[in-house]
Amino acid sequence: MNRIHKKLSEDKKLLSIYFTAGYPEVNDTVPILESLEKNGVDLVEIGLPFSDPLADGPTIQASSTQALLNGMTTQKLFEQLKDIRKTVSIPLILMGYFNPVLQYGVEAFCKECNEIGIDGCILPDLPLAEYNAHYRAIFEKYNLINIFLITPQTSQERIHAIDEASNGFIYMVSSASTTGAQEGFGNEQTTYFNRIATMDLKNPQVVGFGISNEATFNAATKQAKGAIIGSAFIKMITENGISGIPKFIRSIRPL
Amino acid sequence: MHDEIKNGITRTEQNNSMNYNVNEQGYYGEFGGAYIPEMLYPNVEELRQNYLKVMSDDAFQKEFKELLKEYVGRPTPLYYAKRFSEKYNTKVYLKREDLCHTGAHKVNNTIGQILMAKRLKKTRIIAETGAGQHGVATATVCALMGLECIVYMGAIDIERQAPNVARMKMLGATVVPATSGSKTLKDATNEAIRDWINHPEDTHYIIGSVVGPHPYPDMVARFQSVISEEIKTQLLEKEGREHPDYVVACVGGGSNAAGAYYHYLDNPDVGIIAVEAAGKGIDTGQSAATSALGKVGIIHGSKTLLMQTNDGQITEPYSISAGLDYPGVGPMHAHLFQSGRGEFISITDKASMEAGIALSKLEGIIPAIETSHALAIFETRKFKPDDIVVVNLSGRGDKDLTTYIDYFNL
Ligand SMILES: Cc1ncc(COP(=O)(O)O)c(C=O)c1O
Repeated sequence: MNRIHKKLSEDKKLLSIYFTAGYPEVNDTVPILESLEKNGVDLVEIGLPFSDPLADGPTIQASSTQALLNGMTTQKLFEQLKDIRKTVSIPLILMGYFNPVLQYGVEAFCKECNEIGIDGCILPDLPLAEYNAHYRAIFEKYNLINIFLITPQTSQERIHAIDEASNGFIYMVSSASTTGAQEGFGNEQTTYFNRIATMDLKNPQVVGFGISNEATFNAATKQAKGAIIGSAFIKMITENGISGIPKFIRSIRPL
Repeated sequence: MHDEIKNGITRTEQNNSMNYNVNEQGYYGEFGGAYIPEMLYPNVEELRQNYLKVMSDDAFQKEFKELLKEYVGRPTPLYYAKRFSEKYNTKVYLKREDLCHTGAHKVNNTIGQILMAKRLKKTRIIAETGAGQHGVATATVCALMGLECIVYMGAIDIERQAPNVARMKMLGATVVPATSGSKTLKDATNEAIRDWINHPEDTHYIIGSVVGPHPYPDMVARFQSVISEEIKTQLLEKEGREHPDYVVACVGGGSNAAGAYYHYLDNPDVGIIAVEAAGKGIDTGQSAATSALGKVGIIHGSKTLLMQTNDGQITEPYSISAGLDYPGVGPMHAHLFQSGRGEFISITDKASMEAGIALSKLEGIIPAIETSHALAIFETRKFKPDDIVVVNLSGRGDKDLTTYIDYFNL
């Protein structure tokens, strides 16, 4: 059983953290992962930095730019993660744009993920149809779960198609926006969360985009299985560094 | 070979097996597609499902043609450049897109897309711009239709293209500086895409070239195809045949080139010449010659050739001409390059600037620096005396005066 499936079967709401690999310092990747696990985070999205992150807001853009300046590459990330399964056991998902994966070679990338113990990928600009036609077999061969996004604008029909193609969880983008913390969720989100909850999908949903604190985490996970915090975490680590992680996690999920 | 066309709406099958147009899945050979995040899917899908239907509608065609005639000033002349031809000992015709309203071919596309946006009931228009030509052409049609217009422009380009920024403002557009990344055209495009993600319902994105996710490359090529449609008629009048021996155009993203080639793509008697910006030279690290320096990858939602590192990070191009300063080319051009159908030539800053002066002095036409790249090939690429060579004169040089002044100490 993939670690993602095992985690999803636990009887709790899942807290997931996104961070950009190689940020703030190039060698922070592993210490961040170890601290996240120690502080009770349930799963992690490790961001592969990209020069042109067109679905991201200013915070994640800036962290990507800095990570690339720090010398981060796909190759380097794999080197950093080589022994990660000796110290970290929570599910790990690589999240990034498709071009760097394409340049690495999709099969070589998946093989490397498998050897390291990466459990899944989120590649927002690899569309469903392309994935099904050209890459699905490779992902499956290496036991990698590919996670798809839905948004408030995704049609019911397409949500069902995505549910069908998914095997793990569905990444529910909270609102029509690029990544970045929002003030809170309004009626529109509540309606959307309710609508998805009643669709009886086979895959659980994890909400991302705009989750920044305990209130938004709780609102998002009222019905969904979990929620992902990205920009707010990156802001925190920019200000406080790795030592700020315990306090940040407790502010979302008090002991 | 025969293909009958109504503004590129229908093309009959070719007898040779290679197809240079887009297929059902949105690909030109292996290039194209729609590599977009799910947030953009509904907008792009809405466009994909509707664009051919809308464009083939008679009322749409009538309105489009009328505006091209009455507002843009089409047809633009196909001018036989006598002195330029004598200099290079061949027959050169200039397709005068520089005489379009707003000074470049860009407006053919923005007229088409603003009508498309209205048919799709969009009330807010966004665009990216490099040199500012596409931004001006978009601001112009938004003023014409009374629609809100937001133009993203790299902070660096805002500085080097100040007159066009002022024009956009006069036309009522809001110009938003793109301050991310390298602060030029690719970043302006990223910002426009982010805006579209944040406004999924009321907004149409008028892309300025044959780039971006399917159906944009095909839609923009069809709107620009009026260029080669006119060349056919005009050449028939002047030379007794519809096709030249060569069509030459500069390629940034490739929209003026796509329009000039469009009706000749499947005619093997017509040589297709694409001219890219070599910048300071292909091997200097300061270049925008994508066919020479690019590899297959994904940029702005399209699988195409682009300049990138081994790690797949998109690199910063360089050209003296802001309109050619783009790290990719449209998927149609990637396919023309890869299949060998197109001949790709790259021209340095220096050669292009000199060609700009040459045309000014020989013909009394000051070309845009983008266009000067296409004119520069005659120095090295030799043609036969009776070859008919059509150069797409994509734009006029007014916007580039300060660059010409600084370069030549005029
Ligand atoms: C006059 C002119 N020619 C050419 C271009 C390059 O664009 P494209 O390759 O899409 O024709 C531009 C872009 O700004 C332009 O202004």
